[in-house]
Amino acid sequence: MNEKRSNKKKLKVLIAKPGLDGHDRGAKVVIHTLKDAGMDVVYTGLHNTVDEIVKTASDEKVDVIGMSIYSGAHLPLSKKLMGLLKEKGLDDKLVLIGGNIPQGDSEALKSYGVNGVFPTGANLEEIVKFIKERVKD
Amino acid sequence: MSNPKADEIKEVVLESGIRVKPVYGPGDIKDIDFEKEIGLPGEYPFTRGIHPLMYRKRPWTMRQYSGFAGAAETNKRFKWLLGQGQTALNVAFDLPSQLGLDSDDPRAEGEVGRVGMAIDTLKDMEEAFDGIPIDKISTSLTINPVASIMMAMYLVAAEKHGIPLEQVRGTTQNDILKEYIGRGTWIFPVEPSIRLIGDMVEFCSENVPKFNPFSVCGYHIRESGATPAQEMAYAFEIAIAYIEHILERGLKIDAFAGRIAFNFDIHGNLWEQVAKFRAGRRLWAKIIKEHFGATNPRSMTLRMIAGGGGGGLTIEEPENNIVRGAYYALISALSGTQTMALCSYDEAYTIPSKKAALISLRTMQILADEMGLTDTADPVAGSYYIEWLTKEIEKKIVEHMEEVKEKGGMIKAVESGYIQEQVSYQAYLYEKKIQSGEITKIAVNKYISKDEENREIEFHPYNTGAAGEQKKRLLEVKAGRNSGKVKEALAELKKAAQTKENLMPYILKAVRSYATLGEMTGIFRDVFGEFREPHSVSPAEAPLVAEGK
Repeated sequence: MNEKRSNKKKLKVLIAKPGLDGHDRGAKVVIHTLKDAGMDVVYTGLHNTVDEIVKTASDEKVDVIGMSIYSGAHLPLSKKLMGLLKEKGLDDKLVLIGGNIPQGDSEALKSYGVNGVFPTGANLEEIVKFIKERVKD
Repeated sequence: MSNPKADEIKEVVLESGIRVKPVYGPGDIKDIDFEKEIGLPGEYPFTRGIHPLMYRKRPWTMRQYSGFAGAAETNKRFKWLLGQGQTALNVAFDLPSQLGLDSDDPRAEGEVGRVGMAIDTLKDMEEAFDGIPIDKISTSLTINPVASIMMAMYLVAAEKHGIPLEQVRGTTQNDILKEYIGRGTWIFPVEPSIRLIGDMVEFCSENVPKFNPFSVCGYHIRESGATPAQEMAYAFEIAIAYIEHILERGLKIDAFAGRIAFNFDIHGNLWEQVAKFRAGRRLWAKIIKEHFGATNPRSMTLRMIAGGGGGGLTIEEPENNIVRGAYYALISALSGTQTMALCSYDEAYTIPSKKAALISLRTMQILADEMGLTDTADPVAGSYYIEWLTKEIEKKIVEHMEEVKEKGGMIKAVESGYIQEQVSYQAYLYEKKIQSGEITKIAVNKYISKDEENREIEFHPYNTGAAGEQKKRLLEVKAGRNSGKVKEALAELKKAAQTKENLMPYILKAVRSYATLGEMTGIFRDVFGEFREPHSVSPAEAPLVAEGK
């Protein structure tokens, strides 16, 4: 998953907000958390299309993509993200989905290829641990 | 009587950073001049409320936030809420409408009618308010960057009901500065956005005197992480930025200050919230009188909607939110709010179900009619603790306002991302305190129920069929309108947008021609451009917003 990165580089994460939803509190809390854990974080800002997110992930050569969704549209958006990553040959990225995600939707998200689902209230340390266990420095 | 365990007493520090003693007495308020700083309700500095008799004369307005799918469904929900005794409306728009996109715009896909009602043209507004006595109720439109267009649609719909503009009562949220800080429905850069607000204020002061053209929202700033003192301070600095713009246009402070409304949040410590509102009223009155030189007492009053904030609610054991909501309503009543809106118990994860909305409404009705909350104005006045805390919070609010002034005022502080940094950092600290247990949330980090694993919740179903219906309606309206008139109105709007002329007459003309929301917003996007989000997450490091965004 990380052969493209040199050993010295810090782990790099893209936090993305797709669509029109403006709830960015959770995304920003996660950004502060990951930065405190020593990672490089790039934030897309609000109102991105999935295409823009994938392009940024590619341009920035991130190891991890975390997409935050509160509008209820997490299933179609995540499906689109995973499809596009595969199409662009970027399916080596670790993908996390966060936000207002009902428990029952976690399995569906994983069936699209999402690696981790962290709904509102998810433990911040666990997010860090999850990433560090899967993307080795 | 020495207490050997005295130094083991749990320390209490409020979110705003104020240390609380276990007991308060007369010594704690000896420096407060009762006549000057507390006084009577309805009298300067309005610490105790903005009306002499407060709820004894008229209870707070009850205004639940609602709207979903299309105009027809929303119209039904409005009528149902009014039938249950709700006294005003608070309209939720879907995200495409909030961002000026028509329902057939590719960017709107999957969002049409999802979190509120979809509005594309005047036709939708007419239908949403069909059969509703809009001369008797006041309507609040939760709309920001395109508030000028939605207000125009509402005014024309009222006109079609035969209601003259002088009689139309309502509010557009229209607080763009807070959108850049939290909530996120911004489109245009700061300067033209504020110009639009100024156009609306100017137009309303001449033509729609009972309309509140903007409602300054501490609410969403608090929901995004700000402390209660920051919430109040940032809201005031935002209001000051608007006021300064409007004064520059030549209006006198007393011509519009009495129509400025505020929207505040309630969650967290009960006493801190109550004191926050009392302090806020006092400070605002002083600012308007002393700094802006208003002479009309109405201009000095902090008129507000205050309700239970969704941020205090939890997805864990959601029924507990009914109890939290009842306490928030109690706080709101003790705070002397004019209008109350309560987040429904399911609001932490969905838009309110009918059942949840009704429980919220009943909560407010029970407080007003059963519990004696409307008997006497500002019943907490004179409490050693409350008066001391009101004073302390006022000092904190002033401190945060000074910080904003040091950054060159609210417009600069938002453009640079300073406020966004302050707020998101507070959100991070708060979340860490929740996760460490330093701040208690019942059933979240204390008394966690084992049944939570099998939590069953009902979500508001998203009706994908409604989006198709909405697109069909839009096509029908477009086919049925006089396209020559639409083109002419849009061309005039574009021309005016490039000057400093007041845009309201042009927007009204375009609305009457059934120009779409997207067409009008598109013109503004062309002329004004779009806001670029500042690098706004960590004070320490850049880059945060990727290049090209």
